[in-house]
Amino acid sequence: MLEIFPLVVFLPLFGFLFNGFLKGRIPHRMAGAIGTLAVFVPFLITLAAFNEFRPMERTAPHLVSVFDWIVIGNFKSSFGYQIDQLSLYMTLIITGIGSLIHLYSMGYMKGNTSYNRFFAYLNLFIFCMLNLVLSDNLVLTFLGWEGVGLSSYLLIGFDYEKSSAAEAGMKAFILNRIGDVGFIFGTGFLFWFGGSLQYLELQTNLSGLGEFANYANIVALFFFVAAMGKSAQIPLYVWLPDAMAGPTPVSALIHAATMVTAGVFLIVRLNFVFLLAPETSLFIACIGATTALFAATIGTLQNDIKKILAYSTVSQLGFMFLAMGSMSYVAGLFHLMTHAFFKALLFLGAGSVIHALHHEQNIKNMGGLFGKIKITSFTFLLGTLAIAGFFPFSGFFSKDLILEKAYTYGSFGTILWTMGIAAAFFTSFYMFRLVFVVFFGKDNTDSHHKIHESPWTMTFPLVVLAIGAASVGFLQTPHFFLHIDTLERYFAPVLSKGYELASLKGSLAEHKSLVHDVELSLAGFSVGIATIGLILAYFLYQRKHSPILEEHTGFRKILFHKYYIDEIYDFLLVRPFLFLSKGVAFFFDTKILDRFFISIGLSFGVIAGGLRRLQSGFIGDYALFIVIGTFCILVYLLTRGV
Amino acid sequence: MNPIINGIPISYILGLAGILFSIGVLGVLIRRNIVIIFMSVELILNSVNLVFVTFSKALSHISGETVVFFVMAIAAAEAAVGLALVIAIFRHKKSTNVDELQSMKW
Repeated sequence: MLEIFPLVVFLPLFGFLFNGFLKGRIPHRMAGAIGTLAVFVPFLITLAAFNEFRPMERTAPHLVSVFDWIVIGNFKSSFGYQIDQLSLYMTLIITGIGSLIHLYSMGYMKGNTSYNRFFAYLNLFIFCMLNLVLSDNLVLTFLGWEGVGLSSYLLIGFDYEKSSAAEAGMKAFILNRIGDVGFIFGTGFLFWFGGSLQYLELQTNLSGLGEFANYANIVALFFFVAAMGKSAQIPLYVWLPDAMAGPTPVSALIHAATMVTAGVFLIVRLNFVFLLAPETSLFIACIGATTALFAATIGTLQNDIKKILAYSTVSQLGFMFLAMGSMSYVAGLFHLMTHAFFKALLFLGAGSVIHALHHEQNIKNMGGLFGKIKITSFTFLLGTLAIAGFFPFSGFFSKDLILEKAYTYGSFGTILWTMGIAAAFFTSFYMFRLVFVVFFGKDNTDSHHKIHESPWTMTFPLVVLAIGAASVGFLQTPHFFLHIDTLERYFAPVLSKGYELASLKGSLAEHKSLVHDVELSLAGFSVGIATIGLILAYFLYQRKHSPILEEHTGFRKILFHKYYIDEIYDFLLVRPFLFLSKGVAFFFDTKILDRFFISIGLSFGVIAGGLRRLQSGFIGDYALFIVIGTFCILVYLLTRGV
Repeated sequence: MNPIINGIPISYILGLAGILFSIGVLGVLIRRNIVIIFMSVELILNSVNLVFVTFSKALSHISGETVVFFVMAIAAAEAAVGLALVIAIFRHKKSTNVDELQSMKW
């Protein structure tokens, strides 16, 4: 299966081309089936390849070169795929959860006139994402990186007739471009230092370079800026909540399972750089913790069901970056996977609710849905328990591992941990607020519509994801419970070289050792915090419907308006920029440039107008000119000599 | 060879050619009648012929006289075409005054 592995990448491309070119000529059902199979078959191939690769024993990656792409001097970039523990892990998540989301879309998008276009875009997205994670060099990764940016722009702005959707698409695209500048700079620096862009060659080349450790912080910072954009960290997170303008399966696919985790993936892929950059890592950890807390507080007062989940995504990504920053990459990747399961589940569940209520997204117009749409409610509840970090659901294990690693990380550990635990509290609170208001509280739904459960294409993915969200946590458990460390051993070959390099250069920030009792009490504390969040939500929204969070005054008003960040950006960046552009367009362009070029044209007109008087039509005049001309030539030749 | 002609210095003949040429050019420039202009052009051509012949003789080289034959042939052709044009224009305009023929300007 490793020989035919490039098929994993090219089948989605085929699906995109097929659905894209024949979109008007094939029935919806067929387009949906092709689109889904184009992701599901790669999933099967990846599973088989996974078996064949034996990730627990093998240390060297398997390289597949498809063809050379750019060869200039000693710069070489090829369409080559690096199959190792990390890329197989990501590919399984992308194709596995991706195919479930495709299946779900077949039901959710039914009746949409642009059904085939939707599936073409989804396949394009998967193609780019797979290139991103499977590539063996930075250039091809960048191709995928830009590709997912493009596909997300297309998917977010899918309903391009609505100006809000089109604007959200542009916002996502532009903010991602800002981050991508970092990627380009980082790539340039790495090529300069390492003399190659292939990950493996870079790894070996950099270990021979003594002075690289001095510059590692800068390079790492550039790549982190790129990750900030894709993974929606402060200050580049504002596109993600707006991106909810896209259809719900898009939110699930892009903004939960795949694209937003590209930043996390990039850091792990370049772990040998980040491990040499302890200052940048600390910075990443701080940004991650801040983002986690910040977004979680915004989530508490939003009323749009998808917006709440969007802020929760930003917050969970903050957790992942907290793990990245504290150099515990396994914890981050673990949370990446559990998050992919429960967030995809939550988004799809929200989609199912929206579907049942005929495109109602405001949670104030919902309520009492539990029992009316049984499968959706149960699975959604499971997802909520997982994200809130209740034992023994997956979110508990991954989030706790991150918090534990943050706690033991350097001298700022306790501060980071406190921020993380506060974020966990808000997470639990806003998720249960959502659950109580939507599923248990007073029925505020529009009684004209009949509430119905979604078709099997939508509920089946929900069930599968719910099983995943409940169980995948057992891949890695703490010492006091079972003590399974599958993931840690699994990722060891990918990360070990970087660790060796970092400890050799003395830049590895050591984690303090942790007594098992402390570990247990940390875990107990976080579950307790989550429970308090649950109880608080219960009292405020279920027991007696308290107006305390519905009146938007003082700080609550700031919170409701998301700290006015969008307005601040608008004031500080967008308006000055527009002002400048208008200045250039209406002053410099029309008043200076246009005048300059128009006057060139006019001057030729004036010259021609003067010359035309010579053309009088009198033969005598022409004869005179000939004579004068001849005379002048003669005089010239005589004086100058022939 | 005629001894009288042999005795005339070249500069005299060239001077005569220059005078003829100038008369021709002046005629082209100031006369209004198109037939007279034609005759002036013939005068120019003949002054040039005279120069060719003179140099041909002075340098004892045949090429100058050869050119003269070409010039005469072309002058004849030009006169034939030109006069045909004049007749055509006269029929159209009832005039041979060149100042009245300026309808070709844009």
